[in-house]
Amino acid sequence: MSQTPKKLDVAAARARLNGTRGREFWRNLEELAGTPEFQDLIEREFPRQAIGWGEDESPVEGRRNFLKLMGASLALGGLAACTRQPTEQIAPYTKQPEELIPGKPLFFASTMTLSGVGTGVLVESHEGRPTKIEGNPEHPASLGACDPYTQASVLGLYDPDRARVVSHQGEVRSWSYFYNFLAGLLEQQKPAGGAGIRILTETITSPTLAAQFEAVKKFYPAAKWHQWEPAGAHSARAGSQLAFGQPVNTYYNLENANVIVAIDSDFLSSGPGWLRYTRQFSAGRRVGAGRNTMNRLYVAEPMPTPTGSKADHRLPLRATDIEEFAWALAAGMGLASGPKNGDNHDVFKWIGGIAGDLGRNRGASVIIAGDQQPPVVHALVHAMNDHLGNIGKTVFYTDPIEVGSNDQVASLEDLVKDLDAGSVELLLILGGNPAFNGPVELGLRDRLAKARNRVHLSLYEDETSEICEWRLPEVHYLEGWGDARAFDGTVSLQQPLILPLYDGRSAAQLLQMLTDAPERSDYEIVKGYWAGVHKGADFEAWWRRSVHDGVMADSALPAKTFPIKFAGISEPAQKPKLHGTLEILFRPDPAIYDGRFANNAWLQELPKPITKLTWDNAAIMSQATAHQLGVEPSNMLNLGMDGVPLVELTYQGRSLRAPVFVQPGHVDGAVTLHLGYGRTKAGQVAKGMGFNPYGLRTAKALWHDVGMTAKKTDGLYLLANTQNDHVLDTDRHLVHQGGLAEYLKDPEAVHAGVETPPPGLTIYPGWDYKGYAWGMAIDLNACTGCSACVVACQAENNIAVVGKDQVRRGRAMHWIRVDSYYSGSANDPAVYNQPVPCQQCEDAPCELVCPVQATTHSSEGLNDMVYNRCVGTRYCSNNCPYKVRRFNFYLFSDYETPSLKLLRNPDVSVRSRGVMEKCTYCVQRINAAKIEAEEENRKVREGEIQTACQATCPAEAIVFGNLNDPASRVAKLKADKRNYSLLGDLNTRPRTTYLASLRNPNPDIEV
Amino acid sequence: MAEEQNVVMERPEPHEIIAPGYTFSSITDQIASVVQTKRTPPFWFLGFGLGLALLGVFAISTTLLFILGPGIWGLRTPVMWGFAITNFVWWIGIGHAGTLISAILLLLNQKWRNSINRFAEAMTLFAVACAGMFPILHLGRPWLAFWLFPYPDTMGIEPNFRSPLVWDVFAVSTYATISAVFWFVGLIPDLATLRDRAGNKIARVIYGLLAMGWRGSAKHWSVYETASLLLAGLATPLVLSVHTVVSFDFTVAIVPGWHSTFFPPYFVAGAIYSGFAMVLVLAIPLRSVYGLEGLITDKHLDNCGKVMLATGLIVAYAYILEAFTGWYSGNIFEAAAIHHRMTGPYMSSYWSLVACNIIAPQLLWFKRIRNTPALLFLSSMVVLCGMWLERFVIIVSSLAQDFVTSSWGIFHATRWDWGVFLGTIGLFLTLFFLFIRGLPMISIFEVRTLLPHAKVDKEVAE
Repeated sequence: MSQTPKKLDVAAARARLNGTRGREFWRNLEELAGTPEFQDLIEREFPRQAIGWGEDESPVEGRRNFLKLMGASLALGGLAACTRQPTEQIAPYTKQPEELIPGKPLFFASTMTLSGVGTGVLVESHEGRPTKIEGNPEHPASLGACDPYTQASVLGLYDPDRARVVSHQGEVRSWSYFYNFLAGLLEQQKPAGGAGIRILTETITSPTLAAQFEAVKKFYPAAKWHQWEPAGAHSARAGSQLAFGQPVNTYYNLENANVIVAIDSDFLSSGPGWLRYTRQFSAGRRVGAGRNTMNRLYVAEPMPTPTGSKADHRLPLRATDIEEFAWALAAGMGLASGPKNGDNHDVFKWIGGIAGDLGRNRGASVIIAGDQQPPVVHALVHAMNDHLGNIGKTVFYTDPIEVGSNDQVASLEDLVKDLDAGSVELLLILGGNPAFNGPVELGLRDRLAKARNRVHLSLYEDETSEICEWRLPEVHYLEGWGDARAFDGTVSLQQPLILPLYDGRSAAQLLQMLTDAPERSDYEIVKGYWAGVHKGADFEAWWRRSVHDGVMADSALPAKTFPIKFAGISEPAQKPKLHGTLEILFRPDPAIYDGRFANNAWLQELPKPITKLTWDNAAIMSQATAHQLGVEPSNMLNLGMDGVPLVELTYQGRSLRAPVFVQPGHVDGAVTLHLGYGRTKAGQVAKGMGFNPYGLRTAKALWHDVGMTAKKTDGLYLLANTQNDHVLDTDRHLVHQGGLAEYLKDPEAVHAGVETPPPGLTIYPGWDYKGYAWGMAIDLNACTGCSACVVACQAENNIAVVGKDQVRRGRAMHWIRVDSYYSGSANDPAVYNQPVPCQQCEDAPCELVCPVQATTHSSEGLNDMVYNRCVGTRYCSNNCPYKVRRFNFYLFSDYETPSLKLLRNPDVSVRSRGVMEKCTYCVQRINAAKIEAEEENRKVREGEIQTACQATCPAEAIVFGNLNDPASRVAKLKADKRNYSLLGDLNTRPRTTYLASLRNPNPDIEV
Repeated sequence: MAEEQNVVMERPEPHEIIAPGYTFSSITDQIASVVQTKRTPPFWFLGFGLGLALLGVFAISTTLLFILGPGIWGLRTPVMWGFAITNFVWWIGIGHAGTLISAILLLLNQKWRNSINRFAEAMTLFAVACAGMFPILHLGRPWLAFWLFPYPDTMGIEPNFRSPLVWDVFAVSTYATISAVFWFVGLIPDLATLRDRAGNKIARVIYGLLAMGWRGSAKHWSVYETASLLLAGLATPLVLSVHTVVSFDFTVAIVPGWHSTFFPPYFVAGAIYSGFAMVLVLAIPLRSVYGLEGLITDKHLDNCGKVMLATGLIVAYAYILEAFTGWYSGNIFEAAAIHHRMTGPYMSSYWSLVACNIIAPQLLWFKRIRNTPALLFLSSMVVLCGMWLERFVIIVSSLAQDFVTSSWGIFHATRWDWGVFLGTIGLFLTLFFLFIRGLPMISIFEVRTLLPHAKVDKEVAE
C-alpha cells in the first residue's frame, strides 16, 4: 500500500444514507461498501492474514513464512496442551508471620451477636482464613459451647450472595462518593439539629455504639434513633416495666435450682445465655458418681421445644391460656387471688403439685417466663420468684444490657408517624430488614420509602435494600471490630479474623460518619472508646488481655434488687376466648431465627429440633386440629413424596397459604408459624423457601392471638424432613429410659427387656488395641436436642449441602443426626432426643461387606473410611444397622464457588460424587493431637481431643476419649449403670454408647 | 424320567418331541432357512425394532447416569439398592434356565431338550450380559469397577475377599465364560452346516471362520461329544452355585428380611422358575412365527410348564417359610420385616408377587392350560413379573424399614430407574433378534438325532 487511503467518514456516510429508503437505501449501502475507504476499514478491522500474502511480500517468502509460523504454532500449541496448568501466583512468606506455622490453625477470640446480645467465640483460622467457630470457654454465655447460628456464621461470612458493593440506585459507587453525599446532606441538616435524621437499628448492647449514639446526639440533638428487633424480648421489657417500673435485665443461675418451671419459655435452646443455662441444667440432671438427685422441670407450652422435651411434666397449653396458668400458679402459692378453675381444666390440673414442689424448694427453684408471653406473665413471674425467695439465688436482676431500652413497637410507630408526615430527610437503616419483618399493619415497605433519602447498611441485599436507594455492604462480625454485652452484661470484644471480603463497613463506622471524625477505622473507634473508659497506664495491657481472652474481666453488670410494684399486676385480665377460631402463634424459627439466616444453607438444611423439618416452615398443629380442619396428611411417613395438604390461614383479614405439619404434643386449637421464611428478595439459598408469617403479624399480637380461621385449599405441598417415623417402638430398645426413683432402686430397670449377647460370642478373635482405643459416650439424659452438634459437624468436616429436593429424597448428608422419638399419647408424648453419629463398631457390619476394603478397622478402633478407594457399591450403608452412612449421589460438594473454597477445613477431604462418607470421630483432630503428643514425647492427654460435636455441645452430653485409659471420663461413663449400646443385641459392639435417659416426675402429680 | 415314561404311556405317539415326517434334510432346511433367507419376516423387524428403541432408552439413561451419578435413580438412605440390584438378580435368574436345559438335562439324557437348548443358551448368555452390567452401572464411580478384581496392584491392595460382592464377581464372570464357551462349542457343527449351505461368499467366509474347520469327521464328533459333556459337567454346578452366591449378597448382610439361611435354595428355585418362564415367552411366539411347531412341540411347552409348576411350588414354600421364620425366630426385627412386607408401604408389591408367583401358576396343574400356548405365554409373563417383584420386595422393603425407625424411608422409582431396566430389556431383545437372524436358533444336528432313523439298531430294538 503505497498511499494511505482516506479514513472512512462515518458521519458523511450516514448523511449519504439518510433520507434513502427501500431499494435505494440498499443500493447506497452497496455503493458505500464498495468505496476504498470502507474496504480499508474492513482491512484494518479484519486483516485477511496477519502475515504474508500481502502485496509487500513476495508470494514465495510469504507462503514460507506462513507455513513456518503455522508449524511452530502447532508444535507449541501441542506442547502447551500437554501441560496446561492454571496460572497461579505463589507468594511464599518471605517473613514468617508471628506464631503462624503453615498447616497449623490459630484460634482467636471474638464475639457473635444475636439480637444484639453477644456470645464469646473462638475462631479457628487456617493461614488467615476463618474456618470454624468454637465457643469461648472464658465467656460466661458460652462456656465453650456454641449455638447452631454461631456455628453456621462462618458460612455466612463466605456466602457468595452477600452484598458486595456500595450502590446508589443500582449504580456501583465508592464509599467516598457515599460520604460526599452524606456530608452534603448533613450540612443541610446541621441548622435544624438533624431534625430530619432517623436512624433505625436492631437491638444494640454494644457500649461503643452507645457512646457513638451519644456523640451523634451532640451533633444532631433533634435526630431520632429507633430500634426494631422482630424476635426481641419486647414482652420481657414491658413485663419488667410493669413489675419494677423500669426496664430490668433478668438472668438465671440454674446450678442450684431443684425445681424449674418454664412458662412457655424455651430457655434450653433460645434466648440470651441459653448455652449457659443448658450447661447448668444438664449438670443438675447428672446422676451417678455419688449424686442421686436430679432437678425437676415443669414446662407449659403450646409447641414442643427442646425445653419441653426435657420436661418431667410437660403441659401443652395454648399460649392464651398460659396467662391463666401463671395466675393460677401465683394463686396456688398464695401470692394472688387467682381463679381456681376455668373452662380449660388442663390449666389447673397440676397447679397444686407444682406449687407444693416450689414451696418445698424456696430459694432453690426458678420460674422462667418466655419472651413470647405477655408482660403481665413476666410481672407475675417476677413476683412469684420474689415470693419464693429466689432473687439473688437463682434469679438475678441487673440494669438493662441493651442500649436505649424502650418500647420498640411504640418507637417504630413513632417513626411511621414521622414518615407519614414527610419529615424524614435521611433514614439510616443500620442492619436489620424492617421492610420484611416489621409489623404488617405498619406497612413499612411502603412507609420507609417515604423518607427522602434512604440508606441501608446490610450484609445482604434484601427486601429493605430494595426500597433504599443507597445500599451499603456491611462487614460480617468476623471482618470488623466491635463489642457487645452478654446476657449478664459481660462485655466481650468482636475481633476480626480477616479483612473485609467485599469492602464493607460496620455500623460503628457509619455512625462515625455523622461525627466530626468521620474517617476513623472500626479498630480506632472501639479501642478509642475503651481507652476512654479504662483510663490508666495499664490500658494497653488490659486491652491486649481483653482482646486475647475475648472477655473483659469483671465487666458483668452488678446484680441489683428492684422492689416489685404489685399495683400493675393485681387483677387477672379477661382471657380471650377462641369462639370456634384458632390460636395463631408466631415463633422465631429454630434454624433461621427471624429470617436473617435465611440465606445460610447449613441452617436451612439443619433438621429443626423435634420436627426434623428442613428448608421450610409450616402451619404446625396437633393431629386433632388437623383432623378437625380436614387437612390431616394422608401419610405422615412420607411427606417428601406424598406431600401435605395446604391450608389458608386468615387472621384479621389477611391470609396466607401454608402446608400443614402435624406435630404430636402440639396443643389443640392452635397453629404455630415459624418466622423468617417466604423471603422475596434474598440470595439464591433463601429464595422461594417457605411462606411468610410476617404477613399476618401485627404490632398488637407479635406472638399470639385468637381469632384465626383456617380452611383447606387445593393442592399438596412437598415438605423435606429428615425423619418420618418418630414413634418410639419400645420393643426395639433404641432409647433406654426410666424414672429416677426406679433407677435408684434398681439401676437395671432402665435396660429392662434388653438382650445383651454374652462376650466372646463371635468366633473371630477380638481386636487388640495397644495404644489408644477411642470411644464416645452420649448422655441422653443431658441432650436437649438443640442440634448445635449437627452444624458443628458440618462446619468441621466440609459436609456438603444438598438442597431441599435432595433432602426430600432422603439424601441429607449430616454425619450426626439427632433423632426425636415420641412415646405415650399423641396429645402429650414424652419426647426423647438421640444424637446418632457413627457407632464405630468393633464388629462392624460395614467393614465386612465392602468389596474394595474402602472401610477398614484402624489400630485405634475407628472404622476408617477411605474415600479414594470407595467405588460406591453402597453395600456398607445397607448393612449398617444405624444408618449413619451418607452417600454422594451426585457431586454434592461445591467445587466451583471461589469464596466457599476458603471455607473448607484443609484437614478434611472434600468428597466427590459416588463416594460414601460418615462420621470419623473427627479423625483429623485425633491425629493433630497425636502428632503434638508425639513431638512432646508423651501420650495424648485426657480432654485434649474434643470432637466437633462434643466441643459445641452446651449440655456436655457427648464425651469422647481413650477407652484404654481407665481414668478417662469416657471410660468412667461407660462403666456407669446407665450405659448401653444401641441395638446391642446385634453384637456389633459399638464404640459409641449411650447413657439412659431419666425422668424425675413429681410423685404428687398423677399422669 | 419316570414322569416322562408315564406321559408316554398316556399318549403313546412316537413323535411327541418331534413331529412325524421330518427327515434329516427337512430339519436342516427348515432351521437353516430361518437364517439363510432373503425374506426377513415383519415379526423380526418388529421385535428387533422394539429392541433397538429400548436400547436407545438404555443409552440415554446410562449416559445420564454416568454423567450425573446414581442420584438420578430413586435411591436414598436407607434404600441404597433399588432397581439395579433387583434387575441384576432377575436377569441372572433368567439365565439359569438355559444352563439347566443345556447342561443338566444333557447329563440326564433328556432328549426333549435338544430342540430348545440352543436359544435357551443364547437367552442365558444375553441375560447374563444384561445382568452383568448392573453391578457396574449401580456403582457411584463405575469407572473404577475393575477394583473389584484381584489384579496385581502396585499399592498391594486386594479386594476384600470377605465381601459377597467379590464372590459375585467370580461367580458371574465364571458363569458368563462357561455359558459363552458352551454355547459356542455347541454351535460349531451347525456353523459348519451354514457354511456349507451359504450361497453368499461373505457369509461363507464368516461362518467358515466361526466353524473352525469342522468337517464332521468321526474324530471331530468324538472330540465334540467329550467336550460338550465336560462343559456340561462344569456348567451343572454353576446352575446351583451362581444364584447361591448371588443370594449371599443378602444372607451375609444383617438386614432383617435378608439375613436368612434358606435364601440359596429359594433363590435357585426362583431362578429356574423365572428362567423357564422366559424360555416359554421366547419359544411360543418364535415357533408360531417361523412355523416350528413340529420341532418345538406342545410336549416341550408342557414340560416347561411342569418345571415351572414344580419350581413355583418350591418358591411358594419359601414364602411360607419366610413368614414362618419371621414369626418363629421371636426376633422383633425379623418379625417386623415380614410384617412390613405384608402390611407396609410395599404391601401392594408383595401381594402382587404372591398372586403372580403362587396363585396364578396353580393353573399349570391343568393340562388344558399347559397345552394352550397363548395361556402358557400369558402365565409365563405373569411369572416373570412376579419374580421381578419378588426381588424388588426382598431388596427394597427390607432396606426401607430395618432397625432404627428414625431412618426409615420409602424408595420411589424415577423414570431413569425404569429407563435403565427397560433399556436392558431392549439390549436383550436386540441381541436375541440378531441371534435368531444370524444363527440357527435350534440345534440342527441335535434335533436330527431325535429322528427314528438316527437311532442305531440297539436303540431301535429297545
